[in-house]
Amino acid sequence: MKLKIFIPRDAGAIAVGADEVALELELCARKRGVSLEVVRTGSRGLYWLEPMLEVSTGAGRIAFGPLTPGDVGSVLDAIAADGPHPLRLGLTEQIPWLKRQTRLTFARCGVIDPRSVEDYRVHGGYEGLERALALTSEAIIDDVIKSGLRGRGGAGFPTGIKWRTVAQANAVQKYICCNADEGDSGTFADRMVMEGDPYMVIEGMTIAGIAVGATRGYIYIRSEYPHAVEAINAAIAGARRAGYLGPGIGRSRHDFDIEVRVGAGAYICGEETAMLESIEGKRGVVRAKPPLPAHKGLFGQPTVINNVLSFAAIPFILAGGAQAYADCGMGRSRGTKPIQLGGNIKHGGLFEVAFGITLGELVDDIGGGTASGRPVRAVQVGGPLGAYFPRELFDTPFDYEAFAARSGLVGHGGVVVFDDTVDMAKQARFAMQFCAIESCGKCTPCRIGSQRGVETIDKIINGDRASQNIALLEDLCQTMKLGSLCALGGFVPYPVLSALKHFPEDFGLAPPRLQAAE
Amino acid sequence: MALGYEAWDSERAAEIIAELKSHEGATLVILHALQEAFGYVPQDAIPMIALALNLSRAEVHGVFTFYHDFRKAPAGRHVLKLCSAEACQSAGSDALAARAESTLGMTLGETRADGVVSLEPVYCLGLCATAPSAMLDGRLIGRLDATRLDALLVEAQR
Ligand SMILES: Cc1cc2nc3c(=O)[nH]c(=O)nc-3n(C[C@H](O)[C@H](O)[C@H](O)COP(=O)(O)O)c2cc1C
Ligand code: SF4
Ligand code: FES
Repeated sequence: MKLKIFIPRDAGAIAVGADEVALELELCARKRGVSLEVVRTGSRGLYWLEPMLEVSTGAGRIAFGPLTPGDVGSVLDAIAADGPHPLRLGLTEQIPWLKRQTRLTFARCGVIDPRSVEDYRVHGGYEGLERALALTSEAIIDDVIKSGLRGRGGAGFPTGIKWRTVAQANAVQKYICCNADEGDSGTFADRMVMEGDPYMVIEGMTIAGIAVGATRGYIYIRSEYPHAVEAINAAIAGARRAGYLGPGIGRSRHDFDIEVRVGAGAYICGEETAMLESIEGKRGVVRAKPPLPAHKGLFGQPTVINNVLSFAAIPFILAGGAQAYADCGMGRSRGTKPIQLGGNIKHGGLFEVAFGITLGELVDDIGGGTASGRPVRAVQVGGPLGAYFPRELFDTPFDYEAFAARSGLVGHGGVVVFDDTVDMAKQARFAMQFCAIESCGKCTPCRIGSQRGVETIDKIINGDRASQNIALLEDLCQTMKLGSLCALGGFVPYPVLSALKHFPEDFGLAPPRLQAAE
Repeated sequence: MALGYEAWDSERAAEIIAELKSHEGATLVILHALQEAFGYVPQDAIPMIALALNLSRAEVHGVFTFYHDFRKAPAGRHVLKLCSAEACQSAGSDALAARAESTLGMTLGETRADGVVSLEPVYCLGLCATAPSAMLDGRLIGRLDATRLDALLVEAQR
C-alpha cells in the first residue's frame, strides 16, 4: 500500500520544523518498508498545530500535529493500524477552527501541490480565466464591480472601479502590478497564498491584464519572503509551460507575462507609488497624487496596482462567483476577509471569514486568548499604523467603516494580541520610531516629526513635564495627520493616540473613564 | 568573509551587470545580484552600474543607500536576524534581543569586531502566528525562546 502524505512547505511551518518532520518521515517509512508519496503543500493556517501532517484516507484527509521529528514513527504506526494517537486531530475539514471559516480565497491553500499547475486545474483553477477569455473587457469589470471587492491591501478602494479607469486609459503599454510587499507586522496572508496557491495570484493578474488591456505584469515581493519568491517564480515558469503566460495565453489572442521584483527591506515600498519607483529601479520615495497610477503609473503608463489578496479573489469571482462573493459581508464591506491572528495568542493563524465578525470573537473565542495564559490587555489591528484597541472596544465588527468610526484601521487584517505585561507607552514609542526608520524622507512632519515623537514620548516616560509633553505629542500627531503626503506619517498617530487614550496609566496619567465606569 | 560568497572581482561584476542591464529599471535587480554574489556591494560597483545604465553615480548611490538590505561592507560570517516588530514584541522578542546582545557582546544592528557574526533587527518575517521569529543565515526559526535562542547563538559563533 502506498500512503499519500501532505506536509506544508510554507515558511511558517518550516520555521517550526516541517522540513525536519518531512525528512524523518522518509527515514521512518524506509525502515518500515512503507512506500510513500509526499506532497509539500501550503499551510492550512492553523499555526499552533504546525508542523502538521495529513494523510489521505477513503474518508478524507486525517491530520496530526503539532509534530516533532520524534513523533513521526508513532504517527506512521498509528496510520498503518488506523489506531489512536495523542496528536491525531481527526478529519482536517472537521477541525472546528477550520470548519467555522468561509474559505473562498484560501480554499486550496494547504490542499493542493503549489508546484503543480495540473493540481491547480483539478481544483478549479483557471476556470475564471477560461470564462474571462470569453467575455468582453466591460463584462469582466462588471463582474468585479458586482462582487463588491474592495482592495485588500489596506485602503479598501473598489477594485472594479480602479480597473475601469485603466481600461479606459489610452496607451500602447499598460501594466499590472501586484503589491506583495506585506510589510505590516502581524500579517502573513499574502505570503501564505503565494506559497500555497501561487497560480491563483497569477491567474488573477492575468484576468486583470485581459480586462484592462495590459500585457506586462510585475509582482513586487519583499526580500524577507524568499520562500514566496521561489514559489511564485516556479509557478510563473509552470504557467508559461502550460501556455497560461506568454504569447497567446490559453490559445487566445491575448499576451501576458509576469516578472518578479524583489524589494530590499524598505517598508515604505508597500505604498503603491513608492513601489512603482522601486520597480523602476529608484529610491522608494512616495509620489504626489494626482496623477493616479491608473493614469500615470509604472514608467508613466496606466497601471493597475492591487494587493496579492485582491488579485487572489478574482479567479473565484470570474468563475461565476461574483454574486456569491457579494452575498458575504456587511455594509459596504463585501466578501470575505482573510484575518491573521498573531502575537501572543493561543490559536494563531489564518482565519478567513465574512466581514462583520467582532474583534472579541476573534481574540477570545477563535484565538483562545493569549499564549502566555495572562489576560488580554491590548490588540493592535491593521499593522504598525493601526490603532491599539482595549477590551472595551472588542464589540467592534470587522468592517472598514466600523473600524474607521473608532479611529481604527482594518488594513490588511492583522490582529496582534498583547497580554497585561505590555507597556503601552513603549508601544507608542515604537510606532514613532518605526516611522522614523522607515520614512521615505519626502515630508518634514513625517521625517522630523517622528523623531520628535520618539523624544517627546521618552520625556513622558521619564516623567519630565509629563502633561506639557503629552499636549505637545497630541499636537505633533495632529501636524503629522494633516501634513503628511502618505499614510505612513499620516496614520502613525493612530497607534500613538490610541495607546494614550485607552491606556493613559502607562503614560503616568489617571486611568481612562471608559474603564473607571465599569 | 561570510560563507558562500565569492571574493570581489570587478570582471565578474561586469559580467553580472551586463547580463541584467536590459531589465526595465534594472538598478535594484543588479544590486541584488551583486550582493548575492559577493555578500555586499563595494563602492567600486557603483560607477560600473551607473555607466551600464546611463545614470549618474549619485543616482545609483542614492538608490543603494535608500534600501536597508544593501551592504557597503561584508557581513559577519553568520547573520542572525531577530524580528523586532510588534507581533514578536508581544511574545517577548525584546528580552530575547537583549539576551543575544549580552551573550554575543554586541548591539543589535552591528557586525562583531571579529567578523564572526552580524546581529540585525528585521521588521516582520511573516511568521507572526509562531512568534517570536528569527532568521539565521537564511534559515527561518519560529517559536523562539531562551533555550532555542541559546542554541542559535552557539551556532552563530562557530
Ligand atoms: C506606508 C504604506 C505601506 C503600505 N504597504 C502595503 C503593502 O505592504 N501591501 C499592499 O498591498 N498595500 C500596501 N499599502 C497600500 C498601497 O498603497 C495600495 O493602496 C494597495 O497596494 C492597493 O491595492 P488594493 O487596492 O488591492 O488594496 C501601503 C500603504 C502605505 C501608505
Ligand atoms: S508621510 Fe513619510 S513616508 Fe509618506 S511621503 Fe511623507 S515622508 Fe514619505
Ligand atoms: S512580527 Fe515578527 S514575524 Fe511578524
